Order: sequence, then structure tokens, then C-alpha cells
Amino acid sequence: MKKKEFLDGIKDGIPICLGYFSVSMAFGLTAVLSGMPVWATILISMTNLTSAGQFAGATQLLAHGSMIELAFSMFIINIRYFLMSLSVSQKSDSKMNIFKRLAVSFGITDEIFAVSVQRKKALSATYMAGLILTSYLGWVGGTVTGAIATSIMPEVLASSMGIALYGMFIAIVIPPAKRQRNVMWTVIFAALLSFAFNYLPLLSKISSGWATIIITVSVSALAATLFPIITIKKPEGDSHEN
Amino acid sequence: MKISYILIGIAVMAGVTYLIRMIPMVFFRKKIESVWLQSFLYYVPYAVLTAMTFPAVFSSTGSTLSAIIGCGAALILAFFERSLLIVAVGAAAAAFIVQILGF
Repeated sequence: MKKKEFLDGIKDGIPICLGYFSVSMAFGLTAVLSGMPVWATILISMTNLTSAGQFAGATQLLAHGSMIELAFSMFIINIRYFLMSLSVSQKSDSKMNIFKRLAVSFGITDEIFAVSVQRKKALSATYMAGLILTSYLGWVGGTVTGAIATSIMPEVLASSMGIALYGMFIAIVIPPAKRQRNVMWTVIFAALLSFAFNYLPLLSKISSGWATIIITVSVSALAATLFPIITIKKPEGDSHEN
Repeated sequence: MKISYILIGIAVMAGVTYLIRMIPMVFFRKKIESVWLQSFLYYVPYAVLTAMTFPAVFSSTGSTLSAIIGCGAALILAFFERSLLIVAVGAAAAAFIVQILGF
């Protein structure tokens, strides 16, 4: 019974593992090429297990941002996990004690959340362990591969890779923006504000970390007011993202 | 970059991310009912990724022109719903070609 739960978890985790491998390989590549040491890049993936959050965090570390900025932007970017964790918590079986809960909560990502809410049964710690470990292997394995691959890359190619990170952000944002008008307006507002914060005289004095936070909170609040969503949905286009 | 700075930074990142996931799992059992709050959380990833991308993307390569071309390539590939890796590599390849040509 326990063994079957674990194997179920592994089976459901394999597609996530493969998806994660390519995304985290890109993270490994871009972080090392931007100047992050290989060991630090791998350590970030091992301890964070979150794509948008660790991309943003790594960018801020490279820019020598302050720890308060770093903590605050990680909070804002990853606050959606709060909701997901809440829903996983409600679906967990009664045998999941506090120690198991402490361990399982480390692995709540967009995809793991999505897979676990689709499961017909209550969630056992054993099932979650299989699901999370499989996904984790893909995430860390991809990062190691990407980080090491950079050392065999020619210089001129390396300088072009700086844009890869932004390419990935664009790939996450554009498909849902194309299909949903509310997401499209969110993206347009955020882009316009971001240009304003970079180029307008007074606003450009604010550091990029704080500007990102101010833009995120104000645009999300505006979108939530203008386009409330009745049933909770997972953000679309996130299928390869953490 | 100092090792202590990196280590503290990674600890901050990991700590904040873990707390967000752990607190509801361990302490909260009540469901969020507020439509506004649910909607707010739904829009956060899009707002934050867009704000981080523009206009920073235009200074992400060796030259502005190569960055503009790379960004254009990413937008087109993303519009046709290519995978994350394809869009990322496509943007870098376009920027690479422009830089090889000497721009």
C-alpha cells in the first residue's frame, strides 16, 4: 500500500521532472554566464526549487542588492505558493503529522500543486514524497548540467546568452496574454510602469528591486479590481515552470 | 562577489520561500474566500515577470541592437507557443547572429 503510493508519486512526477530539466538547465546556463559561481548556482536550485523566484533572486544577488530587497521580492514573487500550500494542506490525509508537513511543504511548486489537486484520493506523505523527489531530481540535475555546460561555451556565444533568461520570462507571459484579455492588460500595465520607473526623472532613482515590487503589487491589485476571477485557476502557460 | 554575501543571500531566498510554503501547510487550515485576493495572487506572476523583463532585456547582451532583435525573436516564438527552452535559445541565437555580424 505504502509502496504503491510512492510509485504513484514517482509516475506522476516524471513529466514534471522532464519539464523541469530543460528550464533549470537554462537557469544553470544563464546564472553562471551572468557571473554566479557554479557551486552557488547549484545550491540555489537545491534550496529554493522555484523558477521565477530563483531567477529574480539570482539577478538581484548579481546586482549586489540589499538583503531586505531580496527578501521582499522573494516574498512577493512566491506569495502565490501560500495559496497552493493552503489547498494541499486541506487535501492531505490525517496521518500526515507535523514533521511530514514540514518536509512536504518544501516541495510545493506550481506543477506539484497542479498534479496533487488532480489526484482523486487524499494526499499521503508517501505519495507526495515520490512526486516531489522525482521533480527535485529533474530540477537539480538540469541546473548541474546547465552550469557545467557553460565552461565549454565560446566567449561570443556566452555574451548572447544573457538574453535567454528574459526569453524564458517572455515565453511564460505571452501565450496566456494572447488568450486572456485580463492577462494582456496586466502585462501591458506592468511593462509601461517598468519603463516609467527606468526612465522618468524621479522614479528612476528607486532601485530596480523595489521598483519591481511596487509595480507587481500595484498592477496585480489593479487587475484584481478590474478583472476579478471567480474560480481560482493556476496561471496558464506555466506548464514548464515551477 | 564575496562568498559570505552569496551564502547569506541564498539563505534569505531559501528561508523566505520555505516559510511561505510551510506556514499554511502547518498552521493554516482555513480556505481563502476573498475573490479579490485570489485574483491578486493570480496576476502576480505575470506582473512580476513583465516588470523584470522590460526594459532590462534591451541591455542584456553585448549591444542594444542585438538585444532588440533577440527580444523580437522571443516575442514571435512565444506568440506561437514554443517551449520555454526554445524561446530562450531562439532569443540568444538571434542576438548571437546579430553580434557575429558586427552590430
